[in-house]
Order: sequence, then structure tokens, then C-alpha cells
Amino acid sequence: MNLAQLRQLDENRWTVPLRPGEKRAPVILYGTAELLRTMDDKVLEQITNVAQLPGLVGPAMTMPDAHWGYGFPIGGVAAFDPEQGGIVSAGGVGFDISCGIRCLRTNLMLDDLRPAMEPLADALFRTIPAGVGKEGDIRLTPDQLDEVLVGGAVWAVRQGYGCSEDLEYVEENGRVEGAVPENVSALAKRRQQGEMGTLGSGNHYLEVQIVDRIFDEAAATAYGLRLGQVVVSIHCGSRGLGHQIGTEYLMELAKAASRLGIKLPDRELACAPIYSPEGQRYLGAMNAAINCALANRQILTGLTREVFTQVFPGCRVETLFDVSHNTCKAERHRVNGEERLLYVHRKGATRAFGPGHPAIPERYRATGQPVIIGGSMGTGSYILAGTPEGEERSFSSASHGAGRAMSRNEALKRWRGRELVDELARQGILIRTRSLRGAAEEAPGAYKDVHLVAEATERAGLARRVAYLRPKICIKG
Amino acid sequence: MTLESNTESTSAAKQSPEPSSAPSLQAELDQSTYFSHDADVGVIGRGPTIEAAFVAAAEAMFSVMVDRSAVRATHTLRIEFDEPDPEFALVTWLNALLAEARASGLVLGEFSLRRENGHWIGEARGEPWREGLERGVEVKGATLTMLSVRQTAEGWEARCVVDV
Repeated sequence: MNLAQLRQLDENRWTVPLRPGEKRAPVILYGTAELLRTMDDKVLEQITNVAQLPGLVGPAMTMPDAHWGYGFPIGGVAAFDPEQGGIVSAGGVGFDISCGIRCLRTNLMLDDLRPAMEPLADALFRTIPAGVGKEGDIRLTPDQLDEVLVGGAVWAVRQGYGCSEDLEYVEENGRVEGAVPENVSALAKRRQQGEMGTLGSGNHYLEVQIVDRIFDEAAATAYGLRLGQVVVSIHCGSRGLGHQIGTEYLMELAKAASRLGIKLPDRELACAPIYSPEGQRYLGAMNAAINCALANRQILTGLTREVFTQVFPGCRVETLFDVSHNTCKAERHRVNGEERLLYVHRKGATRAFGPGHPAIPERYRATGQPVIIGGSMGTGSYILAGTPEGEERSFSSASHGAGRAMSRNEALKRWRGRELVDELARQGILIRTRSLRGAAEEAPGAYKDVHLVAEATERAGLARRVAYLRPKICIKG
Repeated sequence: MTLESNTESTSAAKQSPEPSSAPSLQAELDQSTYFSHDADVGVIGRGPTIEAAFVAAAEAMFSVMVDRSAVRATHTLRIEFDEPDPEFALVTWLNALLAEARASGLVLGEFSLRRENGHWIGEARGEPWREGLERGVEVKGATLTMLSVRQTAEGWEARCVVDV
């Protein structure tokens, strides 16, 4: 991105001056000059387009890991007021509705893991369905699938995947209100057959990681983390059902926009007023997909726990937290001292409530909500904590990952999957994948420096670093 | 601001093939055209007719997921839809293929398409996913991003970004 078109507000905050005659809300880009330079100019174009949508409250924002998406940039955050004609946008949520990360902590340490690396990696790879076309063992009738879409992770626990203690540490306690299975097409439901309890492919993964560095001892203690501890991160979403909902509503809303009197600067911003029948239909379907994703990660949690207890009899595997990063959520936020109900779009951005928020589990309430920044399979991930300042700065939102620094085509030019897997093995990181090409596309070098993203997120006041997690085993889709 | 910062490549063989592990998938990729997008993949189909261009786009899209040359044509899916807008028709075609393939547990390798006014009738052939089929990356959906269907000096070109 050419920084000359921006105005720097402070070290980690930038804006785009209005051109003569231009009418839109303000735009804020979070991140250092170094990170912003790696972003495509499309990020700026897309977030400026978002700033033209009706009913936007506050600025349209990008997080430090932003990159070029479709319609909204990935790493985009925008809040809309339904009372002021605010919209809900399928492009502002994305295809992989409620994609997110579940982080599990164990009572194992690096010394326990070392001798069991290979058998654990192999057992996880056998048990966790991963990769394009790879199906799971769960088959559901249409009625059962509707129960998933309403019940979310709560449904999965009832089926024996995981335990009720997990649910306290899942966003919305494992299920969102407002899901309407009738708003989900029969094709979307058919597409989910065979996909419940699967990881998917692309940038989705299950990683066994080590707590390698602690930045905030008190917060780490609250989250149950200590140096050398083994943790597990599961990154995936609502699978085929969510993809189909995204596909269908993107087209439907793109066609409906002109009829609804919405002038779209980019048709990928397909949207409808929140209080319109079209908007309500999408929200009902999207909430069903959120529950599907929460159920999916709960099933994978159950499978992971089974593998760990087979390899390490008697070990404990607990949910640290589960948070999505592709959603539109109805939340109450203070705007100019007044509490308002806003629909906050976070596309490739993580909810990051600060200390004291009632939605945070009691154990973490004084610390702030755990925020998970997933990295690449070579460079690791971060656990952060939501800050009080985040509410004012970003409607309590923060980064979600390292963010791509180059296209998949470019990554394929630079890396070969086999060499990459071998090199990571030499570094002590075991990769299990059905797609060497996919591994090359997901090369650590294809991503921004996750350390810079986490540091910039902290310096921008969006969330503060608690712990850095170093990968040891990665199951790639 | 750069609006067309993407780069186009016509040969994935130039993209560091996997000589020991992925020769056939790479060969498939050679046959199709792609353009770069930060997180996803842009597919391009070209042909003498709009229908041929749509078929080529479908081939490019499925080559992202599988070595198409190894896919056996044991099952046939029929796709029908009405769409007068050529650009929306491209996205509808690609998304219908993705959805029906996934819902049927199939991976697809061959495609045909014809049009009667705004009514499109297509067929796709493939087989159930099986071990031994070389896998790439799952395509979640075709998007409206960088979507264009246009007549060129050589025929027709259809392109869009697919979400992976």
C-alpha cells in the first residue's frame, strides 16, 4: 500500500483524508507502517467502499493483519445501527461463516510431548478428517441437522463430543440465538452431509503447540497457561453449509440491493437493511451457520481429546476459549456516551471484549476475553487479552491471524511442499497433510510476520499479548 | 491506487512443480489460467463461445482441488439454471457445480454446457473422492470479485475470484 495517500494519526493508526466532494464515514487502518506497506492498495479501496454503506456507526476499520478480500477486506470491522437504516452484508461476513479458533490447554509439558510426537501426529491425522473431499463419520437426517443449526456446540456435547465444562469457554456459551434453519436451503444442508466434524483445507489446521513465551504472567495464570505447556489450536468454520449460505445470499443480496434502494460501490458488498425481510432472512441463516461452526469445532474438540487420552492416558484437555472471526453480531456498545445496539461485522477480525464485560466467563472476567491470533504452521500463534481501550477504538475487535502477504500463485512459485515439510521437520515441527501443494501455498513465508501483527495489535490498544505459542505438530487440510 | 495489481500466469509449471509428489496435478494446472489474489485464487476460462469459456473456467476451478486427469467419469451430474446476466451466470454455474459435487460426494473432472436463451443446461462427470486422488485445496465458492465475462478478439473470456 502506498502510504502517501494516508494520514498517520499515531504510530499504529492511520486514516484516509476525504477527497473534495467525497461523502463517506471516516476510515481507520490499524498497524505499523511496515505492516501497511505489505498490504495491497485494494485493502484501502475496499474499506473506503465499506465507509459508504448506510447506517455505519463510527469509522470503517481494518486490523493490523488486513488483506484484500471480496467486498469487505479481510481484517475489516464495521458496525451498523439498525435504527438508522444500518445494513447487514453477506460480503462483510464471508463464505466461511463463523470460521474461528478453539484453543485447548492440557496438563502436559514439552518433555511429555517429545517422545510421543510421531505417534500423536499420526493418531491425530488418522482421527481428524482433513483435506478437500475428506468426509467425517457423522451422518445426520435433515431434522437432526436442524437441531445442530439451533443447538450449536450444546448439541455436540449432548451427542457425547466433549463435556459441558467446554461450553462456558465458547463464545455465546456454545450457541447463538436467532438461528432460523428454515432460512437455510436444502442444498446447503445436503452440502453439509459428510462435513460435520471435518477440518477442511486451505488455511485451516489443527496444531499442537507449546507455550513458548509469556508476556503477561497474571493474564497467563488466569488463562491457565505456563511456559512449556502443551496446548492445541483448532482453526476451522461452518464447512459446506456456511459456504453455501454465503454463496446464495451474496447473489440474492447483490440482486436485491438496487430494489432496496442501496447504491453499492462494489456489488460484492451485497447487503440489505437489518430490519428488512431480506436482512432478517440472511441473519437467521447466518446464525444457523454460526451454530454449525460451533458444533463443528466442538466435535473436533471431542475427537482431539480422545486421541490425547489414548496417547497420554489420564491427561487433561480443557477448552481455554473458542472465538469466531467471520461474523456479524448484535452487540451493545457505547457511542458518545450512549449505549446502542449495533450489528458489528468482523470479517477476519476477532471479538475482543475488555475486562469486566458480562459476556466473558467469570474465570477470565477481570483479565479480559482471550483473543487468539492464529499464525502459520512455521511461526506460531498468540493468545492475547481484550483491553478496556478496545471498546472505544474498534468496538472491541482485534486481529485474527498473520494475514497473507502474498498470493497462493506466488507461494507456489517460491516453495515446494515436500521441501517445506522436510524443512519444518528439521525445525522440530511435524506436518501431516494430504496435499503437498496446499502445504506450499500455506508456507510460513506466504504470511505476514505474526510477531509484528501481535505487537502492532497490542501497541494499537486493541488487545494485549499474553502468550506466544510455538507449533510442534500441524495437521493441515 | 492500483486497481489491477494482480498478475496473471498461464502456466503453473512455472510455479515450482512438485516433481516427486505432484506431477499430474501440476500438469492439470498447466492447462488452465489463473490470476493472483491475496488470499484466494482467480480463475480464467477462455473459449470460442461463452459456453466453452464457462467450461474452461470450471476446469480451472476443479484443477485447484484435484488432479483432474486422474478423475474417472463414472457419475454424471446435471445442472440447470435460469440467469440472463452472463456474469451472474458464470458465478451461478461455478457455484452450482461446487454445491452439487459436494452434496453428492463427488469430485468432477469433465464439463459440458449449452444455453437456450437465458436457460443454461450443463453436465459434469466425475467420481466419488477416493484415496490416491491427488488433492489440492478446497474451493468454498465463486465470488463476484473481479468477475467479468467478455468477448475478446479470440472468442470469450470468463473470470472471477474463487474463495479457497
